[in-house]
Amino acid sequence: MPLARPLLALALVGALLSAAACGGSDDDPGTIILATTTSTYDSGLLDELVPRFEERTGIAVKVIAVGTGAALRMAGEGNADAVLVHAPEAEAPYIASGDLVSGRLVMTNDFVIVGPPDDPAAAAAAPDLPAALAAIASGGRFVSRGDDSGTHKKELALWVAAGLDPARLTREETGQGMGATLTIASERGAYTLTDRATYLALRDVLDLAVLVEGDATLLNVYHIHVVNPDKHQGVAGEQAEAFAAFLLEPETQALIGRFRAEEFGRSLFTPAAQAPVGGG
Amino acid sequence: MEAIWDGLVEAFRLIGTGDGELFSIAGRSLLVSGSATALAMLVGVPLGYLLGRARFPARTLILAAVGTGMGMPPVVAGLVIWLLLVRSGPFGGFELIYTKQAMIIAQFLIATPLVIAFTAASIQALPTRLPDLLAVLGAGRLRTLWLLAREARLGLLAAVMAGFGAVVSEVGASMAVGGNLVGDTRVLTTAIVTETSRADTERAIAYGLVLLAMAFAIVAVLTVVQQRSPR
Repeated sequence: MPLARPLLALALVGALLSAAACGGSDDDPGTIILATTTSTYDSGLLDELVPRFEERTGIAVKVIAVGTGAALRMAGEGNADAVLVHAPEAEAPYIASGDLVSGRLVMTNDFVIVGPPDDPAAAAAAPDLPAALAAIASGGRFVSRGDDSGTHKKELALWVAAGLDPARLTREETGQGMGATLTIASERGAYTLTDRATYLALRDVLDLAVLVEGDATLLNVYHIHVVNPDKHQGVAGEQAEAFAAFLLEPETQALIGRFRAEEFGRSLFTPAAQAPVGGG
Repeated sequence: MEAIWDGLVEAFRLIGTGDGELFSIAGRSLLVSGSATALAMLVGVPLGYLLGRARFPARTLILAAVGTGMGMPPVVAGLVIWLLLVRSGPFGGFELIYTKQAMIIAQFLIATPLVIAFTAASIQALPTRLPDLLAVLGAGRLRTLWLLAREARLGLLAAVMAGFGAVVSEVGASMAVGGNLVGDTRVLTTAIVTETSRADTERAIAYGLVLLAMAFAIVAVLTVVQQRSPR
């Protein structure tokens, strides 16, 4: 019976394995789904923070890295328990509708405009941010995230603030995360808007330099919100609250400030729990 | 070129040093895709047999539908399963989203049309009179099925290979319904995506090589079984 045994064995092993994979304990402290941005994820920050929380509380955290827009939508439908996002204007309607509660400022970093080191559009020489954007619009290529992420929303807002209509500019949209978009910009000799953390984390493999930075509107603020358990069935409100509290603890905040700071000579994120809350 | 070479070196270093992460991720790929393929065989082989043997009005239509299913992009299967399993979806109460089980379900959906189509084709390729002949020779119903399966083994093993090959290498569905969670639902393909976006191309290449090696090992074993003389 040359055929039977391998086939049967395969089927049996598969059935057993999937049964084993389906086993779970009933008295575990719970699980939360944290929808977050690709920037916090690609920088590796959550890989550092989440295991500490899990170890201490026993609560498992499922980190789903999507754009801020998708994360908020997941929250709005009750498909996540907490969100760590960075687009205050986009967060506001979800706070107003009661989908998100107890929003708190966790940390900040800043957005920068990066581009080819030889800066063909002379963006670095521009006197201010709107002028730099205008220079890029007329003399350079720009690659956009195009994925409804916090960075994408920020980029669109910056064009509008500079008096330019993003729909009429020749921008290329990648529809991908920050890491992939930076790689594409680097390969194509294009400019892009990025959070500093992801740029620094990938700097070594990119042919991109920071050309525009420091404008007040380039501040990037990250808030943690808990999805309202009274509005959405099945939300693990208590556990999500515990995670939010964990992020704001002085010890965690210090960790955020130190994260990869030695490696890059500066911190990727600035802890902000003590700072006055804005937006959220 | 350098990255590819470095990737090769890194791959052998990781394999040689028994890198824990590599082996746990590869094992998970095997577990999830193996389970999905096995379940797809359990469901797909009987259905494929029916479609290959029986004659009924909607048969051609169903075969066409199965053929379309073979070309379904995995990410679409992933999206559908995501919408079904997510908390606000109709089966949200089972809390299966972002688990290995969800990945198995999505991969099952991807592999099953392949298994059905390959099985139906291999059964149809047998002489039409073969079942009658076997009956005349005194084979019982089960025995007949058994002998038919044996005759169709080329196609059936091709079905396993096609199903497994499709699901072990897909990334869209695994990413959507598994969530690419470290130590839980991260498999080789989604790990490659992560390492690529984090610019760790050596590790990404290493994972890719392990994926290829794993697929090769499994297909090689199945091919040996397939090509062995039936008697």
